[in-house]
Amino acid sequence: MRLELIDCAVGYDGRAVLAGVNLAVEAGEIGCLLGPSGAGKTSLLRAIAGFAPLYAGRIQSLAADAEPHVLSGPGVQLPPERRDIGMVFQDHALLPHLTALGNVMFGLFRLPRREAEARARRMLALVGLAGFEPRYPHELSGGQQQRVALARALAPRPALVLLDEPFSSLDPDLRERLALDVRAALKAEGVGALLITHSQVEAFAMADRIGVVAEGALQQWDSAYALYHQPANAIVARFIGEGVFVDATSLGGQRLQTPLGEARTPRNGHAPGQRLQLLLRPDDVVHDDASPMQAEVIARAFRGADFLYTLRLDSGERLLSLVPSHHDHAIGQRIGIRLDLEHVVVFEAGIRN
Amino acid sequence: MRRGRFGGLSLLALALCLPSAVPLVAALAALFNPDPEMLGHLWQHTLPRVGANTFWLLLGVGLGTVLLGTALAALIALTDFPGRRFFRWALVLPLALPGYVFAVAFIGLFDYSGTFASLLREHGLLLPEIRSRGGVIAVMTLALFPYVYLVASDAFASQGARALEAARALGMSPQRAFLRAALPLARPFIAGGVLLVLMETLADFGTVAAFNYDTFTSAIYSAWFAMFSTDTALQIAAVMLLAVIALVLLEAHSRRRQSFVQLGAVNAARLPMGRWRWAATAFCALLLGLAFVLPVARLGWIAAAHLHELDARYFEFVGNGLLLSGMAAALTVAAALVLALAAREQPGLLSTLALRIGTVGYGLPGALLAIGLYVPVIRASGWLLDRLQIDMALTGGLGLLLIAYGVRFTAVAHAPVSSALLRVRESHLEAAQLLGVTGLRRLRQVHWPLLRGGLATAALLVFVDVMKEMPITLMMRPFGWNTLATRVFELTNEGEWRRAALPALSIVAVGLIPVLLLTRRARDAA
Repeated sequence: MRLELIDCAVGYDGRAVLAGVNLAVEAGEIGCLLGPSGAGKTSLLRAIAGFAPLYAGRIQSLAADAEPHVLSGPGVQLPPERRDIGMVFQDHALLPHLTALGNVMFGLFRLPRREAEARARRMLALVGLAGFEPRYPHELSGGQQQRVALARALAPRPALVLLDEPFSSLDPDLRERLALDVRAALKAEGVGALLITHSQVEAFAMADRIGVVAEGALQQWDSAYALYHQPANAIVARFIGEGVFVDATSLGGQRLQTPLGEARTPRNGHAPGQRLQLLLRPDDVVHDDASPMQAEVIARAFRGADFLYTLRLDSGERLLSLVPSHHDHAIGQRIGIRLDLEHVVVFEAGIRN
Repeated sequence: MRRGRFGGLSLLALALCLPSAVPLVAALAALFNPDPEMLGHLWQHTLPRVGANTFWLLLGVGLGTVLLGTALAALIALTDFPGRRFFRWALVLPLALPGYVFAVAFIGLFDYSGTFASLLREHGLLLPEIRSRGGVIAVMTLALFPYVYLVASDAFASQGARALEAARALGMSPQRAFLRAALPLARPFIAGGVLLVLMETLADFGTVAAFNYDTFTSAIYSAWFAMFSTDTALQIAAVMLLAVIALVLLEAHSRRRQSFVQLGAVNAARLPMGRWRWAATAFCALLLGLAFVLPVARLGWIAAAHLHELDARYFEFVGNGLLLSGMAAALTVAAALVLALAAREQPGLLSTLALRIGTVGYGLPGALLAIGLYVPVIRASGWLLDRLQIDMALTGGLGLLLIAYGVRFTAVAHAPVSSALLRVRESHLEAAQLLGVTGLRRLRQVHWPLLRGGLATAALLVFVDVMKEMPITLMMRPFGWNTLATRVFELTNEGEWRRAALPALSIVAVGLIPVLLLTRRARDAA
């Protein structure tokens, strides 16, 4: 099933907090809404599930070779149980009086008992919990509860599964590993999913397509690679990954004057003399002892394979630079750097840094 | 989830709690619209004596329970001495004995002709007269101090112990640290506990009746059943309502000042007791002996000699009591469930109002509630019969009695029911709905399993409360109906103390159930 959101607006207490959302999750694809808390992600997810009203726009599903089926729209709000959409809740919402097996069987009441049990056991095995069937929720760890909740949502074969901050209650160490497991389980069942999170690590680990939700709008709906290297605007650039903006001036054509020398933009279009802002990722600034351009180390973070240095140019501009870890420089030392721009991202000036 | 602010559920809740408003409205109406002649008569003869008696009783029991309850709580929560763990839960046991059971046990024991008193007299010792103001105060203090003990030891354990450590780290001596740090923190909680005690004292009928100590409750009873003037009884109830309102306002005030500070670990160091630790043990043992072991042993001793009274009639009382309690529990829990569901599913003015009115009855003394419910109903049904030839058939049967129980105990049932309802999380319901589990199926598979524990607790609490309840049952029972509690009243009223021991002991056995449940839960939580 392909899920489409067309010009959707959601909010609470009659006030829209997120509007103009357009996106599509293809069948079997994993989508993710990434953004700070309070951005309206949860409201949007609850509108897709059918728990919350849509303030404007339309949510529809498209099965292969079929007409669009409107789930929410003007005058329409299909009840949640008739949407063929499953959900994994932030608090897991496992029923405390049922075992892991009982929880997964809970939604399989339309199947004969034997079939339901067999299906539930398969689902628990799929999420790596074979042998935990008789355990009650309080006898399971947070990660295991999370897996049971996923198995329960997947068991009735929904066309799409929604995951609301699925890993927020878990230890950080556990999150990335579980994110990969959840992705594997979703792909194994061939079911599409849409999750929301405020963690970029989770989003990148799990999703095929990510939307950045901030300042009342869906800023960009794209692959992780594109979000990082071709951010649509400064909000996305700031939210995804590390980096700094430096002032630059267009020299006409594709040429660009920067504090680190001249660079080339991928396309024309800026008048000579126009003031621009250039996004520099840490991997765009390369350490090179032979370079005449010098910068002072003002902070450093050792990350194992490399150092993340914060540098200051003589002009006062600050930069981040990712340097292989055998280049061990002390704070206050001056090192040579040069630009190595593969993706040049420029925005018109007027952006706070 | 779609939720209406007004809906069938909240309207039903409001309808169900209407009877709760009746006694309050009736008493208020009598207060603001008194019969001057009757009130004048009451002012001359009854009210000054009854008012003074009630005042001294409240003062005495209040002071007594504060001293005993706080001292015990401090010893147990903040210090260490031999037997502390045992006394920690054992000191709750007196809650199983209503005041009138103490009366049955002690009056026989200390009476001039009683065994104990005779024995002492032979050695030239005279016991103070137990049927006196001091006697009632002593007995009710023993019966009610656990209320203060419970809240005070909670307060000391949860915040006092840590505060004590902080104070001692600043160089204070243990005594000074207790007075400066632990006690001030616990003070609002102790105030809350003692106000609960005062409300129970004001509402008490059985104990004061056994001691022939006239207070508002016994004055209502004698106006009704000795002078056969329900109007007089209602007028007394109206005056009594002033005292109730004052206590309720004080209680609300003290609650506002309670602030819970969650202070991490409670494993704070305990105050050293040194040579005094055995004195602490002796003090706790003495109190437990007086407030539980002695009365229960005494009742058992006498009851053993009256076992032949365990006859068909006795089992009729027991059967009546069980039947009444069972019906009242079912009715009350159902009403409490409707109130709680309405508050949860259809929050708004209607359900809030329903909840407020529905739980007001617990603050009303049983005697006030009985007369306040009875008079309007009698008038209304008389009017209906005269004008419209409709017989409501509410009086003289079980109907009005059950309604009165419901009014009194809905608040008791509401607490466990609403906290059980909290276990049904919004996401549970949504998860069920997404999986297609809706309607009755959802009620059966999600609500019921999560709620039934809370419903059972609520039913048990109401059941036991009704078994022990005396004034409402006494005043509103159908003719010839007796429960264990009213049987105790009748026997003591006739001076048959020894024969009252068996029903009194049976009440203790029933009353122990919720107390043991409470202590077990506290132990599990610890």
